[in-house]
Amino acid sequence: MAQSVVVQVGQCGNQIGCCFWDLALREHASVNKKGIYDDALKNFFRNVDTRGTGISKGRICSLKARAVLIDMEEGVVNEILQGPLKDVFDSKQLITNVSGSGNNWAVGYKVFGSQYRDQIVEKLRQTAEHCDCLQCFFLIHSMGGGTGSGLGTFILNVLEDEFPEVYRFVTSVFPSGEDDVITSPYNSVLAMKELNEHADCVLPIENESLFDIVSKINQMINSGKPGTTVKQQSLVTLNEGGIKKKLDEKPFDKMNNIVANLLLNLTSSSRFEGSLNMDLNEISMNLVPFPQLHYLVSSLTPLYTLADVNIPPRRLDQMFSDAFSKDYQLIQADPKHSLYLACALLVRGNVQISDIRRNIERLKSSLHFVSWNQEGWKTSLCSVPPVGHSHSLLALANNTCVKPTFMELKNRFLRLYKKKACVFDITSFMERNLSVRSLLKFLSFLVCQAALWESLAHLHHYLQVDRMEDSCFTEAVSSLSSLIEKYNELDVTKGLPIHEQVRLNIVI
Amino acid sequence: MSVVTVQLGQCGNQIGYEVFDTMCRDLHNTQGFCSKRENEIYQASCKEHFFNEDKSEVPVARALLIDMEPKVISQTLLKAAHSGRWKYGQHSHFCQRQGSGNNWAYGYSVHGPKHEESIMNLIQREVEEYDSLSGFSIIMSMAGGTGSGLGAFLTQNLRDAYPNSFIMNQVIWPYGTGEVIVQNYNSVLTLSHLYRSSDALLVHENDVVHKICAKLMNIKQISFRDVNQVIAHQLGSVFQPTYSSEDSFQYRRNPLGIDWQVRPPLSGLPALEKVSPNKELRFNTSIANLLILRGKDVHSADTGGFKDPALYTSWLQPSDAFCEWRTHRAFNKYEKSAALVSNSQFLLKPLDTIVGKAWNMFASKAYVHQYTKFGIEEEDFLDSFTVLEQIVASYCNL
Repeated sequence: MAQSVVVQVGQCGNQIGCCFWDLALREHASVNKKGIYDDALKNFFRNVDTRGTGISKGRICSLKARAVLIDMEEGVVNEILQGPLKDVFDSKQLITNVSGSGNNWAVGYKVFGSQYRDQIVEKLRQTAEHCDCLQCFFLIHSMGGGTGSGLGTFILNVLEDEFPEVYRFVTSVFPSGEDDVITSPYNSVLAMKELNEHADCVLPIENESLFDIVSKINQMINSGKPGTTVKQQSLVTLNEGGIKKKLDEKPFDKMNNIVANLLLNLTSSSRFEGSLNMDLNEISMNLVPFPQLHYLVSSLTPLYTLADVNIPPRRLDQMFSDAFSKDYQLIQADPKHSLYLACALLVRGNVQISDIRRNIERLKSSLHFVSWNQEGWKTSLCSVPPVGHSHSLLALANNTCVKPTFMELKNRFLRLYKKKACVFDITSFMERNLSVRSLLKFLSFLVCQAALWESLAHLHHYLQVDRMEDSCFTEAVSSLSSLIEKYNELDVTKGLPIHEQVRLNIVI
Repeated sequence: MSVVTVQLGQCGNQIGYEVFDTMCRDLHNTQGFCSKRENEIYQASCKEHFFNEDKSEVPVARALLIDMEPKVISQTLLKAAHSGRWKYGQHSHFCQRQGSGNNWAYGYSVHGPKHEESIMNLIQREVEEYDSLSGFSIIMSMAGGTGSGLGAFLTQNLRDAYPNSFIMNQVIWPYGTGEVIVQNYNSVLTLSHLYRSSDALLVHENDVVHKICAKLMNIKQISFRDVNQVIAHQLGSVFQPTYSSEDSFQYRRNPLGIDWQVRPPLSGLPALEKVSPNKELRFNTSIANLLILRGKDVHSADTGGFKDPALYTSWLQPSDAFCEWRTHRAFNKYEKSAALVSNSQFLLKPLDTIVGKAWNMFASKAYVHQYTKFGIEEEDFLDSFTVLEQIVASYCNL
């Protein structure tokens, strides 16, 4: 059985990562009743004895996560190490600093990248050496800040250089429009260039979508309608620990848990048995038709299970319908009204092939698939359901509905970046003789300039970093533009009549 | 004469298990609807072909389990051992840690050469145990990476290593919609390669078997287990012992052996026109049919309808194209059962559909980079398409 290593970078990455490990342990605990260190556990955990030496078989002694935790501030990692999961992590798997990256991609990538490269490579190697067959790295980070974004994508490069054969799956949290970090568009676009070039597969996540899902669940729970008590364990937002329990649970905890569930469901078919297994290398094979188009939109259902056994369980088919609804997607997107390049359905629990086929037949007609992949479905059946549910579905779609997210990102970037060009006009203005009207015009111009000077200052913070130049910005936005263009080209084909390609002519 | 079954990939191993389980149940069936003596001969013949006897007297399946990742093989070995009725050999499996990722190129060009020696040694050790070898029955799917890619590679190797042995592939045809997105590429590559090395491809279509489960067996929630059990029943009814000729009292020595090769006459062929596969035809024209009857009143069954010339192509006499085997002993508790193995235009439409879809996808070059990464170039695709178009055309013109 192959193993996977999780690399969690920055505040967001580590918080999500922590939720993931907590959930993974609970999932395995509910399945593995005999306490034997089996192949399923081996995927994400090492088994070590009291001296820290690895044990490959037999009873579970002490489980250690196959993880590397990196942050340029200490806060989050320290919380993890003081919380209920402290024994799951090895002190040798951490890299921390105190100063933070100041929400600056250039600091994360160029400064900390070169400073910590050797340490990073060493920790990764150590973790890899504990695996007898390393299949995949899961990188978890956010795009809007400095560490997750900058150092995170630097590490992505390192993974490609040092472990070229190992898959790189990246879970990226994109900033929302109201993000309070002004420079998040710069950080995100600079990071996206790296994702375009060095990731095998990216699962973009938007906080707005996670927030909406959490609100939906809260509404359900608090509705007070009879029979709406929810099985606590089954909540996709449940967070029991991982990080030291706080009296006031932050909304981020619930949101992070959704992402943790995503990762758990993604890997379920490679950890547990089923009638149609799906390994991680099959995800890339089936869902990435062209190397650059490797962004997958995900949706998870059900979000909860009702506790009242007298109420008939929501029909299985409802689960499939929900997976395609825009309310369940983890980014702000509507796949139903865009073009599918490919779609994968990862089903867990008591579901059979006939259920999947019936639902595909039913939903097919309302979805648009690209002309050369009219039946672009990949399915997998894992017998083990997630904790608290009898069945669940994770849908992964390669769909042009990611385009609006990318376009919005590009627009925010350009709004910020283009301002710097206007500033230089002020000098020529100043030299002329000014009439009252011109003076008023000039004053209003100055007021605008104040805001613009501020944005120029932000750019200055990036450009003052060693080896960071204007071209980094222009190349990054150009990379994003060409990606958007590829989606445009595909979108244009949507709804056009399909022409059968002329077949080879054979002479017998 | 023994048959060595090679179970490849998840599909091959899951089905292989059901086949041996079915045959074993049938073996121990006392409801044979025949004399005790007859039953004993049947049992001995079945065991000779498909099982070894070991010290514990639990029959050991003459099978090799091969997969590139361990989950399915572990499950299969366990299930067989738990049944108590039969088991797999202790050293009859080969597996690795990481699967082929649904990538034919990975199965064929990476796993194949890498594990060639180990797998061929395993097979050779198995073959050496037997006095005489009927041939190989390789169970594999076309849609995935291991069964399809490694299966094609292995079949080629077996052909080279055992040039005089009979090689038959049980090929599982995937559902038309969505098991694997690149299933059409994998299928085209598999079939074109198998065509060059295999003697016979016995095809099982998931869509067809699914319909059987739904309409004939009325199963509500059909699982892969249900589908696999139907396929196992079909294979069992073909492979279990049969009499070699109508009045012989001996079971045929080689369960796989009839002359599956049909060569069209070299001269005197009518002028060939390209016939569209969608043209309305009364029957799918056959070039060979094998009818296997088992159970009560088997000798009085009237099979005249199968000898109707309308079923066959114009350059074949029904007497040459049609073959029947009748056996008293009932199969799998069915008082009367019949199986038909047919080499006809029945598969023309599904094959044409798969080639069409694969070609459509190939025209846009989608997913091709995943194959070129492991050494399967666009030319290899074109060669495969050419082979299959020739096959489609040949069947079309029957």
